[in-house]
Amino acid sequence: MKLLITANTPKLEAPVNPRFGRADYFVVVDTETLKWQAHPNPGVHAAGGAGAQAAQFAAQQGVAAVISGDFGPNAYLALAAAEITMYLLGGSKTVAEAVANFGAGKLEQVHAPTGAGHHGSGS
Amino acid sequence: MRRPGRGIMVAGHRGGVIPPLRIAVASGKGGTGKTTVATSLALSLAEEMSGSLAAPRPIFLDCDVEGPNAHLFLAPELKRRQDVAIQIPRVDAAKCTACGKCAEVCQYHAIVVLGKKTLVFSQLCHGCGSCTLVCPEGAISEEPHAIGLLEAGPAAREIQFARGVLDVGEPMATPAIRQLKRWANPAAGLNEGLVILDAPPGTSCPVVEAVRGADYLLLVTEPTPFGLHDLRLAVEVAAELRIPAGVVINRDGVGDAAVDAFCAAAGLPILLRIPFERAVAEGIAQGRTLLDIHPEYGPRFRGMYGEIVTQVRGEA
Repeated sequence: MKLLITANTPKLEAPVNPRFGRADYFVVVDTETLKWQAHPNPGVHAAGGAGAQAAQFAAQQGVAAVISGDFGPNAYLALAAAEITMYLLGGSKTVAEAVANFGAGKLEQVHAPTGAGHHGSGS
Repeated sequence: MRRPGRGIMVAGHRGGVIPPLRIAVASGKGGTGKTTVATSLALSLAEEMSGSLAAPRPIFLDCDVEGPNAHLFLAPELKRRQDVAIQIPRVDAAKCTACGKCAEVCQYHAIVVLGKKTLVFSQLCHGCGSCTLVCPEGAISEEPHAIGLLEAGPAAREIQFARGVLDVGEPMATPAIRQLKRWANPAAGLNEGLVILDAPPGTSCPVVEAVRGADYLLLVTEPTPFGLHDLRLAVEVAAELRIPAGVVINRDGVGDAAVDAFCAAAGLPILLRIPFERAVAEGIAQGRTLLDIHPEYGPRFRGMYGEIVTQVRGEA
């Protein structure tokens, strides 16, 4: 299965980024082959709707699960609609650690938005 | 700037001829005294006209729809009400092929396609209708989504008052301001006359929407680094929209002289100074108007209005 992890740089050893919609990079990892690919977040500078846009990107990548630090209401709704499961980073420091922790079943699954959302908090 | 023979507008409108200007009051920084200045201007001009029955009453639009407060000083009797709604898309799942054209065209990511599902986020939607237009399947229809309320009625000194009030939790102020301006214009039943628009703080989309179409932008600031920082941004908005501007310095006497220097360098006239004074702060906190606290501000505001008219006519 394919996982998407939010990261600061486009590498497997990259430090994770705790924000879903506003992360700099999305690292997509195949858990069977451990092949990975990094994508710049198309919505990192979006005026609004970054969470919804990021969810759409995850759906287009065909990932089964997303690992990040925070899922706002729009991101949660969109990912849930796409039937993508959400996990919290927990103590994972890097993308590779997050993948390992996921494999070991150590990550907590998310069943509701983890924050009040960020829309309208800027500008 | 002042042209001899033209600086007679204040005297001129005693005869009942009021140039129907649209004056927007904005500030960049919040809490500088926008509403104090806007309401005092409206009250002073209404006072001047109170002897002349034929004169149209000033129109006051409180465009700060996220926190309207001009009613505290103008005491309107809000008789007319209308909902503010934007048209948001509704997707017919039976017709939708998840082609994604709607999501591509939406600048605000308010409609996204996730696998075979198309999802609408009504709080992100600006109601532009692009998704409905581009849908090749005719799967999108629009339905109104209420975001707030418009209210209007006569206020103190027969000022024609209207305001928008955004519902709590609704983030989209711009459509409410646009609809307020459309609703409360002479075509909608108000008498034509001077229009004073009290803009929201800041320099983002809601401010641009409030200020757009005004003949003059009155920028209220305070002589502090914060006031100056945001004044610079507000002056850029005025330049971008090509609206002549002038400055009111509130709490004059605190801070430093940097705002004066900036205005001199930018060629911005300083039209009025309101000294920092405890009696003013106490009075306003009690809901009294500046004109009530210091009646001598009536002629000062009317004098400022005369300068604005001269400046607008001079640049026309």
